[in-house]
Amino acid sequence: MPPTFGAVRTNVGENDKVTRRSQQHERPQGRRRLFRISRLLGPAALLIALSACSGSGPQSSLEPQGPIAQDIDGLWELVLILATIVFVLVMIGFFVSIFRFRERKNDDREPKQVHGNTRLEIVWTIIPAVLLAVLAVPTIQTLFEVREVPEGPDVLQVRVTGHQWWWEFEYPDFVGDDGRVLNTANELHIPAETKVNLTMTSADVIHSFWIPPLNGKRDVVPGRATTLTLEADGDVLLTNNGFGEGVILGQCAEFCGLAHADMRMRVFVHSDAEFAEWAQGQLEPAEVAADGPAAAGYETFTQVCTACHQATVQLPDGTIETVGPENFITAGEFEFRSSFGPNLTHFGGRTTFGGASFDTPWANPESLAHLEQWLANPADIKPMDPDRNDIPNGRILGMPNLGLSGEDIDNLIAMLEGWD
Amino acid sequence: MAVTTEHVELTSTGERGLWAWITTVDHKRIGLLYAVTAFAFFIFGGIEALFVRWQLAQPNGEVLSAAAYNQLFTMHGLTMVFLVVMPIAAAFTNYFLPILLGARDVAFPRLNAFSYWLFLFAGIIIYTSFFVGGAPDGAWVGYSPLATQLPEVVRMDYWSIGLQLLGVASIASSANFIATVFTMRAPGMTLLRMPVFVWMALVVAFLLIFSLPPVAIGLFQLFFDRNFGTVFYEAAAGGDPLLWQHLFWLFGHPEVYVLILPAMGIVSEVLPVFSRKPLFGYEFVVFSGVAIGFVGFGVWSHHMFTSGMGTVAEAGFGIATMIIAVPTGVKIFNWIGTTWGGRLRFDTPMLFSLGFIAMFVIGGLSGVTHAIVPADTQQHDSYYVVAHFHYVLFGGAIFGYVAGVYYWFGKWTGRMLNERIGKWHFWLMLIGFNLTFAPQHILGLNGMPRRTYRYGEGLGWDFWNLISTIGAFTIAVSILVFAYNIIVSRKKGEIAGNDPWDGRTLEWSISSPPPVHNFDEIPVVTSLDDFWHKKYAEDEEGRAVAMPAVTGGTLVDTGPEDTDGHDEHHEDMHMPSPSYYPALTSLGIGITGYGLIYLSWGWVAIAVGGMITLWGLFGWSLEPVTRDEH
Amino acid sequence: MATHTAPDPALDAHAGGHDVHKTRKTAMWVFLGSECLFFGSMIATFLLYRNTTEGGPGAELFNVPFTSASSFVLLMSSLTMVLAHNAFERKDSRQGRVWLAGTALLGSIFLAGQIFEFTEFVHEGLTLSTSPFGSSFYMLTGFHGAHVAIGVMMLAAMFILSLTGRLNDEHGLNVELVGLYWHFVDIVWIVIFTVIYLLQV
Repeated sequence: MPPTFGAVRTNVGENDKVTRRSQQHERPQGRRRLFRISRLLGPAALLIALSACSGSGPQSSLEPQGPIAQDIDGLWELVLILATIVFVLVMIGFFVSIFRFRERKNDDREPKQVHGNTRLEIVWTIIPAVLLAVLAVPTIQTLFEVREVPEGPDVLQVRVTGHQWWWEFEYPDFVGDDGRVLNTANELHIPAETKVNLTMTSADVIHSFWIPPLNGKRDVVPGRATTLTLEADGDVLLTNNGFGEGVILGQCAEFCGLAHADMRMRVFVHSDAEFAEWAQGQLEPAEVAADGPAAAGYETFTQVCTACHQATVQLPDGTIETVGPENFITAGEFEFRSSFGPNLTHFGGRTTFGGASFDTPWANPESLAHLEQWLANPADIKPMDPDRNDIPNGRILGMPNLGLSGEDIDNLIAMLEGWD
Repeated sequence: MAVTTEHVELTSTGERGLWAWITTVDHKRIGLLYAVTAFAFFIFGGIEALFVRWQLAQPNGEVLSAAAYNQLFTMHGLTMVFLVVMPIAAAFTNYFLPILLGARDVAFPRLNAFSYWLFLFAGIIIYTSFFVGGAPDGAWVGYSPLATQLPEVVRMDYWSIGLQLLGVASIASSANFIATVFTMRAPGMTLLRMPVFVWMALVVAFLLIFSLPPVAIGLFQLFFDRNFGTVFYEAAAGGDPLLWQHLFWLFGHPEVYVLILPAMGIVSEVLPVFSRKPLFGYEFVVFSGVAIGFVGFGVWSHHMFTSGMGTVAEAGFGIATMIIAVPTGVKIFNWIGTTWGGRLRFDTPMLFSLGFIAMFVIGGLSGVTHAIVPADTQQHDSYYVVAHFHYVLFGGAIFGYVAGVYYWFGKWTGRMLNERIGKWHFWLMLIGFNLTFAPQHILGLNGMPRRTYRYGEGLGWDFWNLISTIGAFTIAVSILVFAYNIIVSRKKGEIAGNDPWDGRTLEWSISSPPPVHNFDEIPVVTSLDDFWHKKYAEDEEGRAVAMPAVTGGTLVDTGPEDTDGHDEHHEDMHMPSPSYYPALTSLGIGITGYGLIYLSWGWVAIAVGGMITLWGLFGWSLEPVTRDEH
Repeated sequence: MATHTAPDPALDAHAGGHDVHKTRKTAMWVFLGSECLFFGSMIATFLLYRNTTEGGPGAELFNVPFTSASSFVLLMSSLTMVLAHNAFERKDSRQGRVWLAGTALLGSIFLAGQIFEFTEFVHEGLTLSTSPFGSSFYMLTGFHGAHVAIGVMMLAAMFILSLTGRLNDEHGLNVELVGLYWHFVDIVWIVIFTVIYLLQV
């Protein structure tokens, strides 16, 4: 890709020089024509390069990883080809006209004063209209396909709540023995080749849920419940885009304030068996250590963190309890979990934190400093505005500086690492 | 009484001095004020864009904080749309609409001055926010409830009050232009003899008249939600945040045509002159502009394809959006048809007009891809959209307006812009523009959302972001070249004379710069491109032949038969007297606006501003139009 | 443009021979067109929220007979406005002044009724913040009331100008233009009254 564009750039550059020079000296016709054509090819080559480049990156819509995104991409390619053809034809007319009818020194005849041609006007009104009508058919078809809400026992239901600036996921069909509903943040786990129906709302402002390789985006609007279907291909399990096998990236696509850029998420695609195992693990409580730094960390956790974060834990004496606040909101006919902060029960099993913007130390040891910084003062590494939090009125603009000591932080990290 | 031909008196357009400019009601001076102000804001908006691109040049950029980035991109959008492109269009319209119609001024000269001053004060109000705690940071679209989330932070009040004032200014000037077009055309200037630029200005005026009220209501609702405890957009209290989006885009989409149509009008004036041929299919170009205006009101929801309006609505708006491509295509084909068979001179105005066509074709085609609703759910709010609208509004509108500056600079100042520097400007800008925005198509399709202050590594976005930033700085260089050209040519440029391009329309029949009263005698118009037909006849082949009687490109006496039977003489003319009431009234409204931003103590400003406004209005309505009349 | 009249030499000269009345009336019509969308947007908002009372008070608060009476008063003011215009056309500024004052008085009575109504509703618990219904009700009727108030002020200004004998075409304020505005505000009220008060019952 890069070399292609480089070539285009050089063309335009040379062309620039020559055109200026040609103002003074007449150039031989052949050379001139060549340069005119190169000017024509500049943007066209770019479009072709664009289409040839099937896209790259773990968050690309041009590299679909599921049937829905595939449908959309097919439609996009059709439009791209048609648009490129139209573009090339129009530009041929444009440049031929510019070249053929340029003022020549040896010909000072005035042009014919043509005022128009009704037949031509009708032709170039009808042709685009027909083209667009043709394009409208697959557009509308695909639109209704893509928007269809999947139903039936095979469909995985997930409730999504958008928060400033993180994503909350709840799996209403996965309930533990203690009645706890599977609840996680920023990392969405789904089985491959299964339709996943997301029912979404927002706890605060408008967000937009976007996993480009799986589907287009869908806004997440406070007071409303919107839906989006995801489905990943089986071979995604073996695909590694640099973030691990079966990992697909996405992020919030509607500007939602300070840390909009850091409201990211990851999708982990599993085989059915792996997914079942993951879900089962998530429904288990986290174990609280009997002694050592992790136990001291739990002490701090219950004093400070549970003001906002929830966790289901098994104490050393064997009792299982859920600590921290619960909060729900309704939108449309649905009830959504709307926690004040991510549920931390299985934080040790996550690869990212802070709106999937930073690696956890257990996924990437170099990132230990990030977690330490986060616990010392979250707003230092992710732009947030916790001073303006107004939790009773649902305004939560980030995690405040809790004044934790270095030792508190070490203990908390020891505790969290054990909660996998 | 004929206009003297070669005599150029560059300072002959009225009194000098600051006070003369503050009290001016001359549409030409007001046009120049708009132009200069818009250019100043263009520099501000450009610097904001450079910061944004600098920050994004590399992953995890650390040039700006998120808070600063959000302010800068918001202000960039706000500035470029409302303080640059709209006023530069207003500059051309003010200066040339009356002249192209053969009128001596607009219908309401003082209202015209009022519009300008209110626009200026609104722009100043918005920009002062930088010095008092930060600029608006909720994006130019100000989606609620984000925009209403922090009522104690006044940034978004600056935004809502600023837009509200700009809206009032635009409504006033639109009503003014419409009244001018419908009631002040020269004898014989039928609607279908009006230059395309005038037609487009007329369509724009109607678009503004009908599209600004919905957003004004939206802005009021938003302002009341923030300050008076109403719950229009408060989901928890039963409000619907999508209402704002409907009201905003009901304005916002026609606004896009407000920005581009005058540029299309300019290109439609430039192409025939430099092709030495009439515009191909004049009626079709005019009616396609009118059609774009009409259909433009029916497509607003294509900005909301991801918001969950319902599939049927999405399908409908998708098709409506496709329909708009048809009249747009008609325009492009007619422009190419205009060059076809002509004798093309590639002076800078022509280069920018041709650049406009090529860039606009790309922007138009990427616009069609938004109508493909499923594909749009991938493109929406990504850098692909950013690329698309910059191809339309920069490659399109800005190129068109720059063409207009090169075309008419001689008429404004009496001196021509330098052609050699102009060509440097054109090529630098064309290359810089494409370097900046073409890669953004790829970035968007590869999943980069817009309005993000940073992005991580490993997403495949690094290279194109760097290229885009290099392009942005190339554009900045081209703007410096442009500014240099203006500064140098204003003092030392070639003397323009009345008709430097061998033009077709009435402005070329009068001196450069034009006299205060525009026309010594109101011209009598007998055809489209009337001035051209006074210079050229057609031979039996249909080729233009210069008429010997009027060589030298000068319009002599407009003809013996004055159809309306009025024969005014220069000495009888009473141009409207200067007045400071329009500026005073706008100042009062601006102070009131300031008070509204700081409601807790701003009542003082509201009271003072209100009194100044009333004083201005009172003086205005009692003041005779021409002072020496009584 | 066909009939070339020259009502005002000064304006005529600067504009190059156009009909000042026609120009002003065109601008006023354009402005009123804009106002249609202004009120249309508020009416659309109200229609969206007419049932969104969130448990607070709603349409049951309305006292339709009372508001019908004040609507009738406002309608009558259109009649007096026509009579005022007619009188000034006949150059009978004495009678014109009477009708102007009458129009302003009727407008003021309407405003007084609105203030009374608002006070009642607030006492019964419907405020700006109660619900989207409350917000949109007060915004729509409030903005209409503001239009009536501005109209009353213009009528008063014309009354005073007429007393000093300066009510002529020279000034932007003239009876016909203010009349156009006044009729528009009345017609809009008929729509608002129907949408808010009659459709709910």
